[in-house]
Amino acid sequence: MSNSRILEISVGIFVAVGVAALLVLAVNVSNVSGFSAGKQYTVTANFDNVSGLKARSAVAIAGVTVGRVVSITVDPMTFEAVVEMTIDSSFNEVPVDSSVGIYTAGLLGEKYVGIEPGGAPDFLEEGGVIRLTQSSIVLEKLISQFLFSQSDNDE
Amino acid sequence: MFDWFAQFGNKTIEFFARLGKEVLLFIQTVLAFVPLLLRPALIVQQLFSIGVRSMLLIIVSGFFVGMVLGLQGYNTLVDFGAEESLGVVVALSLVRELGPVVTALLFAGRAGSALTAEIGLMKATEQLSGLEMMAVNPVERILAPRLLAGIISMPLLAAMFSAVGIFGGYLVGVDLLGVDEGAYWSQMQAKVDFDQDIVNGVIKSVVFGIVTTWIAVYEGYTCVPTSEGVSGATTRTVVYSALVVLGLDFLLTALMLE
Repeated sequence: MSNSRILEISVGIFVAVGVAALLVLAVNVSNVSGFSAGKQYTVTANFDNVSGLKARSAVAIAGVTVGRVVSITVDPMTFEAVVEMTIDSSFNEVPVDSSVGIYTAGLLGEKYVGIEPGGAPDFLEEGGVIRLTQSSIVLEKLISQFLFSQSDNDE
Repeated sequence: MFDWFAQFGNKTIEFFARLGKEVLLFIQTVLAFVPLLLRPALIVQQLFSIGVRSMLLIIVSGFFVGMVLGLQGYNTLVDFGAEESLGVVVALSLVRELGPVVTALLFAGRAGSALTAEIGLMKATEQLSGLEMMAVNPVERILAPRLLAGIISMPLLAAMFSAVGIFGGYLVGVDLLGVDEGAYWSQMQAKVDFDQDIVNGVIKSVVFGIVTTWIAVYEGYTCVPTSEGVSGATTRTVVYSALVVLGLDFLLTALMLE
Protein backbone atom coordinates (compact mmCIF):
# COMPACT_ATOMS: atom_id res chain seq x y z
CA MET A 1 0.00 0.00 0.00
CA SER A 2 1.39 3.37 -0.94
CA ASN A 3 2.21 6.00 1.61
CA SER A 4 -0.44 8.46 0.57
CA ARG A 5 -3.09 5.73 0.73
CA ILE A 6 -2.25 5.00 4.39
CA LEU A 7 -2.31 8.73 5.05
CA GLU A 8 -5.75 9.10 3.50
CA ILE A 9 -7.13 6.11 5.36
CA SER A 10 -5.85 7.29 8.73
CA VAL A 11 -7.24 10.80 8.18
CA GLY A 12 -10.56 9.21 7.20
CA ILE A 13 -10.57 7.18 10.42
CA PHE A 14 -9.70 10.31 12.41
CA VAL A 15 -12.57 12.33 10.98
CA ALA A 16 -15.01 9.42 11.32
CA VAL A 17 -14.08 8.85 14.98
CA GLY A 18 -14.41 12.58 15.68
CA VAL A 19 -17.85 12.81 14.07
CA ALA A 20 -18.90 9.62 15.87
CA ALA A 21 -17.84 11.17 19.19
CA LEU A 22 -19.92 14.26 18.41
CA LEU A 23 -22.90 12.04 17.59
CA VAL A 24 -22.46 10.12 20.86
CA LEU A 25 -22.46 13.42 22.73
CA ALA A 26 -25.55 14.61 20.89
CA VAL A 27 -27.65 11.47 21.08
CA ASN A 28 -26.44 9.56 24.10
CA VAL A 29 -25.39 12.32 26.48
CA SER A 30 -27.82 15.15 25.77
CA ASN A 31 -31.58 15.02 25.32
CA VAL A 32 -31.67 16.03 21.68
CA SER A 33 -33.66 12.91 20.78
CA GLY A 34 -36.21 13.68 23.51
CA PHE A 35 -39.49 15.44 22.98
CA SER A 36 -38.11 18.07 20.67
CA ALA A 37 -38.23 15.69 17.73
CA GLY A 38 -41.86 14.63 17.24
CA LYS A 39 -44.99 16.69 16.61
CA GLN A 40 -46.30 18.66 19.54
CA TYR A 41 -49.14 20.93 20.51
CA THR A 42 -49.01 23.92 22.85
CA VAL A 43 -51.31 24.59 25.80
CA THR A 44 -51.17 27.26 28.49
CA ALA A 45 -52.20 27.37 32.13
CA ASN A 46 -52.32 30.24 34.65
CA PHE A 47 -50.91 29.72 38.12
CA ASP A 48 -50.92 31.93 41.21
CA ASN A 49 -47.37 30.84 41.95
CA VAL A 50 -44.84 28.84 39.97
CA SER A 51 -41.80 29.28 42.20
CA GLY A 52 -39.09 26.86 41.20
CA LEU A 53 -40.55 25.93 37.82
CA LYS A 54 -38.25 26.70 34.90
CA ALA A 55 -38.41 26.65 31.13
CA ARG A 56 -37.61 23.10 29.93
CA SER A 57 -39.08 21.58 33.10
CA ALA A 58 -40.94 18.34 32.48
CA VAL A 59 -44.70 18.04 31.94
CA ALA A 60 -45.95 14.68 33.18
CA ILE A 61 -49.10 12.58 33.19
CA ALA A 62 -49.07 9.93 35.91
CA GLY A 63 -45.37 10.61 36.41
CA VAL A 64 -44.47 9.93 32.77
CA THR A 65 -42.89 12.84 30.92
CA VAL A 66 -45.08 13.82 27.98
CA GLY A 67 -43.80 17.32 27.24
CA ARG A 68 -41.79 20.35 28.33
CA VAL A 69 -42.44 23.82 29.68
CA VAL A 70 -41.62 26.32 26.93
CA SER A 71 -41.92 29.67 28.65
CA ILE A 72 -43.11 31.27 31.86
CA THR A 73 -44.39 34.86 31.77
CA VAL A 74 -46.49 37.08 34.00
CA ASP A 75 -49.93 38.23 32.89
CA PRO A 76 -49.73 42.05 33.36
CA MET A 77 -53.46 42.31 34.20
CA THR A 78 -54.05 39.50 36.68
CA PHE A 79 -50.46 39.12 37.91
CA GLU A 80 -50.73 35.39 37.39
CA ALA A 81 -47.93 33.30 35.96
CA VAL A 82 -48.70 32.07 32.44
CA VAL A 83 -46.99 28.76 31.78
CA GLU A 84 -46.77 27.72 28.14
CA MET A 85 -46.00 24.07 27.55
CA THR A 86 -45.75 21.69 24.63
CA ILE A 87 -47.18 18.19 24.84
CA ASP A 88 -46.23 15.38 22.51
CA SER A 89 -48.89 14.80 19.83
CA SER A 90 -49.15 11.12 20.71
CA PHE A 91 -50.89 12.26 23.92
CA ASN A 92 -53.61 14.22 22.12
CA GLU A 93 -56.55 12.84 24.09
CA VAL A 94 -56.14 14.86 27.28
CA PRO A 95 -59.67 15.97 28.42
CA VAL A 96 -60.28 19.74 28.53
CA ASP A 97 -61.31 19.62 32.20
CA SER A 98 -57.96 18.15 33.29
CA SER A 99 -56.24 19.91 36.15
CA VAL A 100 -52.57 20.80 36.38
CA GLY A 101 -50.42 21.20 39.45
CA ILE A 102 -46.78 21.96 40.16
CA TYR A 103 -45.10 19.16 42.05
CA THR A 104 -41.60 18.32 43.19
CA ALA A 105 -39.79 15.17 42.20
CA GLY A 106 -38.34 13.94 45.48
CA LEU A 107 -37.65 16.12 48.50
CA LEU A 108 -35.05 18.35 46.84
CA GLY A 109 -35.78 17.46 43.24
CA GLU A 110 -36.81 19.47 40.24
CA LYS A 111 -40.26 21.02 39.94
CA TYR A 112 -42.48 19.61 37.23
CA VAL A 113 -45.99 20.18 35.91
CA GLY A 114 -48.30 17.23 36.61
CA ILE A 115 -51.49 16.82 34.59
CA GLU A 116 -54.44 15.06 36.30
CA PRO A 117 -56.77 13.94 33.49
CA GLY A 118 -60.46 14.87 33.86
CA GLY A 119 -63.51 13.20 32.36
CA ALA A 120 -64.82 15.56 29.67
CA PRO A 121 -65.48 14.14 26.20
CA ASP A 122 -63.58 17.01 24.50
CA PHE A 123 -59.81 16.97 24.23
CA LEU A 124 -57.19 19.71 24.57
CA GLU A 125 -55.98 21.13 21.27
CA GLU A 126 -53.27 23.47 19.99
CA GLY A 127 -53.54 26.77 21.91
CA GLY A 128 -55.86 25.30 24.54
CA VAL A 129 -56.01 26.65 28.09
CA ILE A 130 -56.16 24.50 31.20
CA ARG A 131 -58.46 26.21 33.74
CA LEU A 132 -58.01 24.12 36.86
CA THR A 133 -54.59 24.82 38.33
CA GLN A 134 -52.89 24.19 41.61
CA SER A 135 -49.93 26.36 42.52
CA SER A 136 -46.46 25.42 43.53
CA ILE A 137 -46.10 24.82 47.25
CA VAL A 138 -43.84 27.44 48.79
CA LEU A 139 -42.04 25.81 51.68
CA GLU A 140 -41.64 29.06 53.66
CA LYS A 141 -45.38 29.74 53.57
CA LEU A 142 -46.13 26.20 54.66
CA ILE A 143 -43.71 26.41 57.59
CA SER A 144 -44.95 29.81 58.74
CA GLN A 145 -48.56 28.59 58.51
CA PHE A 146 -47.65 25.60 60.62
CA LEU A 147 -45.79 27.70 63.18
CA PHE A 148 -48.59 30.27 63.52
CA SER A 149 -51.24 27.60 63.91
CA GLN A 150 -49.13 26.02 66.65
CA SER A 151 -48.83 29.31 68.58
CA ASP A 152 -52.57 29.92 68.20
CA ASN A 153 -53.26 26.57 69.81
CA ASP A 154 -50.99 27.43 72.76
CA GLU A 155 -53.00 30.50 73.73
CA MET B 1 13.88 61.60 30.47
CA PHE B 2 13.11 62.36 26.80
CA ASP B 3 14.89 59.16 25.96
CA TRP B 4 12.38 57.29 28.06
CA PHE B 5 9.45 58.99 26.32
CA ALA B 6 10.93 58.23 22.93
CA GLN B 7 11.35 54.60 23.89
CA PHE B 8 7.82 54.40 25.24
CA GLY B 9 6.39 55.84 22.03
CA ASN B 10 8.51 53.51 19.98
CA LYS B 11 7.29 50.49 21.93
CA THR B 12 3.67 51.58 21.50
CA ILE B 13 4.05 52.04 17.76
CA GLU B 14 5.83 48.70 17.55
CA PHE B 15 2.98 47.03 19.40
CA PHE B 16 0.36 48.39 17.01
CA ALA B 17 2.53 47.54 14.02
CA ARG B 18 2.82 43.96 15.23
CA LEU B 19 -0.91 43.72 15.88
CA GLY B 20 -1.72 45.12 12.46
CA LYS B 21 0.73 42.79 10.76
CA GLU B 22 -0.73 39.82 12.55
CA VAL B 23 -4.32 40.71 11.64
CA LEU B 24 -3.40 41.33 7.99
CA LEU B 25 -1.56 38.03 7.78
CA PHE B 26 -4.52 36.27 9.37
CA ILE B 27 -6.90 37.74 6.80
CA GLN B 28 -4.54 36.75 3.99
CA THR B 29 -4.38 33.20 5.34
CA VAL B 30 -8.14 32.90 5.68
CA LEU B 31 -8.62 34.25 2.15
CA ALA B 32 -6.17 31.59 0.97
CA PHE B 33 -8.64 28.91 2.14
CA VAL B 34 -10.59 29.40 -1.10
CA PRO B 35 -7.87 28.34 -3.59
CA LEU B 36 -6.93 25.66 -1.07
CA LEU B 37 -10.22 23.85 -1.64
CA LEU B 38 -8.97 22.92 -5.12
CA ARG B 39 -6.05 21.05 -3.56
CA PRO B 40 -7.53 18.90 -0.77
CA ALA B 41 -4.40 16.70 -0.69
CA LEU B 42 -2.56 19.49 1.13
CA ILE B 43 -5.25 19.60 3.83
CA VAL B 44 -5.35 15.82 4.18
CA GLN B 45 -1.61 15.75 4.74
CA GLN B 46 -1.86 18.39 7.47
CA LEU B 47 -4.90 16.71 9.05
CA PHE B 48 -2.67 13.66 9.37
CA SER B 49 0.23 15.39 11.09
CA ILE B 50 -1.97 17.70 13.22
CA GLY B 51 -5.05 15.62 13.94
CA VAL B 52 -4.30 11.94 13.60
CA ARG B 53 -0.99 12.17 15.46
CA SER B 54 -2.68 13.97 18.39
CA MET B 55 -5.54 11.49 18.57
CA LEU B 56 -3.93 8.90 20.83
CA LEU B 57 -2.72 11.51 23.31
CA ILE B 58 -6.17 13.12 23.46
CA ILE B 59 -8.03 9.83 23.87
CA VAL B 60 -5.75 8.54 26.64
CA SER B 61 -5.82 11.88 28.51
CA GLY B 62 -9.59 12.13 28.15
CA PHE B 63 -9.99 8.67 29.59
CA PHE B 64 -7.91 9.49 32.67
CA VAL B 65 -9.56 12.89 33.20
CA GLY B 66 -12.95 11.20 33.06
CA MET B 67 -11.86 8.56 35.57
CA VAL B 68 -10.57 11.23 37.97
CA LEU B 69 -13.84 13.16 37.63
CA GLY B 70 -15.74 9.96 38.41
CA LEU B 71 -13.68 9.32 41.55
CA GLN B 72 -13.73 12.89 42.85
CA GLY B 73 -17.36 13.49 41.96
CA TYR B 74 -18.46 10.27 43.63
CA ASN B 75 -16.66 11.04 46.88
CA THR B 76 -18.28 14.47 47.11
CA LEU B 77 -21.75 13.46 45.96
CA VAL B 78 -22.02 10.37 48.15
CA ASP B 79 -22.07 12.61 51.26
CA PHE B 80 -25.38 14.03 50.06
CA GLY B 81 -26.72 10.72 48.87
CA ALA B 82 -26.68 12.17 45.38
CA GLU B 83 -24.25 9.80 43.70
CA GLU B 84 -26.89 9.20 40.99
CA SER B 85 -25.98 12.66 39.68
CA LEU B 86 -22.43 11.50 38.92
CA GLY B 87 -23.24 11.22 35.23
CA VAL B 88 -24.39 14.84 35.12
CA VAL B 89 -21.30 16.08 36.93
CA VAL B 90 -18.92 14.17 34.68
CA ALA B 91 -20.74 15.00 31.43
CA LEU B 92 -21.28 18.70 32.12
CA SER B 93 -17.75 19.41 33.33
CA LEU B 94 -16.30 17.56 30.34
CA VAL B 95 -18.57 18.90 27.62
CA ARG B 96 -18.63 22.49 28.85
CA GLU B 97 -15.14 23.11 30.19
CA LEU B 98 -12.55 20.37 30.44
CA GLY B 99 -13.11 18.91 26.98
CA PRO B 100 -12.36 22.06 24.97
CA VAL B 101 -9.81 23.56 27.40
CA VAL B 102 -7.66 20.53 28.18
CA THR B 103 -7.78 19.43 24.55
CA ALA B 104 -6.62 22.89 23.47
CA LEU B 105 -3.75 22.86 25.99
CA LEU B 106 -2.63 19.38 24.91
CA PHE B 107 -3.13 20.34 21.27
CA ALA B 108 -0.90 23.40 21.69
CA GLY B 109 1.78 21.26 23.30
CA ARG B 110 1.56 18.39 20.84
CA ALA B 111 0.67 19.94 17.48
CA GLY B 112 1.27 23.67 18.02
CA SER B 113 4.90 23.36 19.06
CA ALA B 114 5.59 20.98 16.16
CA LEU B 115 4.01 23.44 13.72
CA THR B 116 6.10 26.35 14.98
CA ALA B 117 9.30 24.33 14.87
CA GLU B 118 8.51 23.06 11.37
CA ILE B 119 7.71 26.46 9.89
CA GLY B 120 10.53 28.14 11.83
CA LEU B 121 13.02 25.65 10.47
CA MET B 122 11.67 26.16 6.96
CA LYS B 123 12.36 29.85 7.43
CA ALA B 124 15.81 29.27 8.96
CA THR B 125 16.83 27.02 6.07
CA GLU B 126 15.38 29.54 3.61
CA GLN B 127 12.81 27.15 2.20
CA LEU B 128 10.17 29.85 2.53
CA SER B 129 12.26 32.27 0.46
CA GLY B 130 12.81 29.41 -1.98
CA LEU B 131 9.08 29.02 -2.40
CA GLU B 132 8.72 32.73 -3.03
CA MET B 133 11.48 32.55 -5.64
CA MET B 134 9.44 29.89 -7.44
CA ALA B 135 6.44 32.25 -7.33
CA VAL B 136 4.65 30.01 -4.82
CA ASN B 137 3.00 32.06 -2.09
CA PRO B 138 4.10 30.56 1.25
CA VAL B 139 0.93 31.90 2.90
CA GLU B 140 -1.19 29.83 0.53
CA ARG B 141 1.08 26.82 0.43
CA ILE B 142 2.33 26.56 4.04
CA LEU B 143 0.17 28.61 6.43
CA ALA B 144 -3.36 28.14 5.07
CA PRO B 145 -3.49 24.31 4.99
CA ARG B 146 -2.07 24.11 8.50
CA LEU B 147 -4.52 26.63 9.93
CA LEU B 148 -7.49 24.97 8.24
CA ALA B 149 -6.41 21.51 9.40
CA GLY B 150 -6.07 22.84 12.96
CA ILE B 151 -9.55 24.38 12.86
CA ILE B 152 -11.04 21.10 11.59
CA SER B 153 -9.10 18.93 14.04
CA MET B 154 -9.78 20.75 17.31
CA PRO B 155 -13.56 20.22 17.60
CA LEU B 156 -13.19 16.59 16.56
CA LEU B 157 -10.44 16.02 19.13
CA ALA B 158 -12.44 17.81 21.84
CA ALA B 159 -15.50 15.67 21.08
CA MET B 160 -13.37 12.52 21.35
CA PHE B 161 -11.93 13.77 24.64
CA SER B 162 -15.40 14.35 26.11
CA ALA B 163 -16.89 11.11 24.83
CA VAL B 164 -13.99 9.00 26.07
CA GLY B 165 -13.98 10.92 29.37
CA ILE B 166 -17.67 10.21 29.96
CA PHE B 167 -16.95 6.55 29.32
CA GLY B 168 -14.01 6.71 31.79
CA GLY B 169 -16.29 8.25 34.40
CA TYR B 170 -18.78 5.47 33.71
CA LEU B 171 -16.14 2.78 34.25
CA VAL B 172 -15.07 4.21 37.62
CA GLY B 173 -18.52 5.30 38.82
CA VAL B 174 -20.65 2.37 37.71
CA ASP B 175 -18.30 -0.59 37.48
CA LEU B 176 -15.97 0.26 40.36
CA LEU B 177 -18.00 2.31 42.84
CA GLY B 178 -21.45 0.91 42.17
CA VAL B 179 -23.48 3.89 40.97
CA ASP B 180 -26.68 2.70 39.30
CA GLU B 181 -26.08 2.36 35.58
CA GLY B 182 -29.53 3.58 34.53
CA ALA B 183 -29.28 6.65 36.77
CA TYR B 184 -25.85 7.54 35.38
CA TRP B 185 -27.16 7.77 31.81
CA SER B 186 -30.73 8.95 32.40
CA GLN B 187 -29.78 11.82 34.72
CA MET B 188 -27.11 12.81 32.22
CA GLN B 189 -29.61 12.85 29.36
CA ALA B 190 -32.15 14.78 31.41
CA LYS B 191 -29.74 17.53 32.48
CA VAL B 192 -27.35 17.95 29.54
CA ASP B 193 -28.92 20.22 26.99
CA PHE B 194 -27.91 19.97 23.35
CA ASP B 195 -28.09 23.68 22.48
CA GLN B 196 -26.86 25.00 25.81
CA ASP B 197 -24.06 22.59 26.58
CA ILE B 198 -22.91 20.57 23.59
CA VAL B 199 -23.15 23.26 20.92
CA ASN B 200 -21.43 25.75 23.23
CA GLY B 201 -18.66 23.23 23.87
CA VAL B 202 -18.18 22.79 20.12
CA ILE B 203 -18.11 26.57 19.59
CA LYS B 204 -15.45 26.86 22.28
CA SER B 205 -13.31 24.15 20.73
CA VAL B 206 -13.54 25.77 17.27
CA VAL B 207 -12.43 29.11 18.74
CA PHE B 208 -9.57 27.44 20.60
CA GLY B 209 -8.62 25.62 17.40
CA ILE B 210 -8.36 28.90 15.50
CA VAL B 211 -6.40 30.59 18.30
CA THR B 212 -3.88 27.85 19.11
CA THR B 213 -3.16 26.96 15.49
CA TRP B 214 -2.86 30.60 14.51
CA ILE B 215 -0.42 31.37 17.33
CA ALA B 216 1.68 28.35 16.34
CA VAL B 217 1.70 29.24 12.65
CA TYR B 218 2.35 32.93 13.24
CA GLU B 219 5.19 32.38 15.71
CA GLY B 220 6.85 30.00 13.26
CA TYR B 221 6.38 32.33 10.31
CA THR B 222 7.77 35.41 12.08
CA CYS B 223 10.50 33.80 14.17
CA VAL B 224 14.13 34.92 14.05
CA PRO B 225 15.64 32.47 11.53
CA THR B 226 18.30 31.04 13.83
CA SER B 227 18.33 27.95 16.03
CA GLU B 228 17.74 30.11 19.12
CA GLY B 229 14.98 31.99 17.35
CA VAL B 230 13.17 28.75 16.51
CA SER B 231 13.48 27.41 20.04
CA GLY B 232 12.24 30.71 21.49
CA ALA B 233 9.30 30.76 19.09
CA THR B 234 8.35 27.21 20.05
CA THR B 235 8.35 28.12 23.74
CA ARG B 236 6.29 31.23 23.05
CA THR B 237 3.74 29.17 21.11
CA VAL B 238 3.02 26.92 24.07
CA VAL B 239 3.03 29.75 26.65
CA TYR B 240 0.87 32.14 24.62
CA SER B 241 -1.55 29.39 23.61
CA ALA B 242 -2.05 28.31 27.21
CA LEU B 243 -2.62 31.87 28.43
CA VAL B 244 -4.94 32.86 25.59
CA VAL B 245 -6.97 29.64 25.82
CA LEU B 246 -7.53 30.02 29.56
CA GLY B 247 -8.37 33.72 29.26
CA LEU B 248 -10.70 33.22 26.31
CA ASP B 249 -12.36 30.34 28.11
CA PHE B 250 -13.45 32.67 30.89
CA LEU B 251 -14.74 35.22 28.37
CA LEU B 252 -16.64 32.64 26.33
CA THR B 253 -18.15 31.02 29.42
CA ALA B 254 -19.29 34.41 30.70
CA LEU B 255 -20.91 35.15 27.33
CA MET B 256 -22.55 31.75 27.03
CA LEU B 257 -24.05 31.67 30.51
CA GLU B 258 -26.11 34.73 29.52
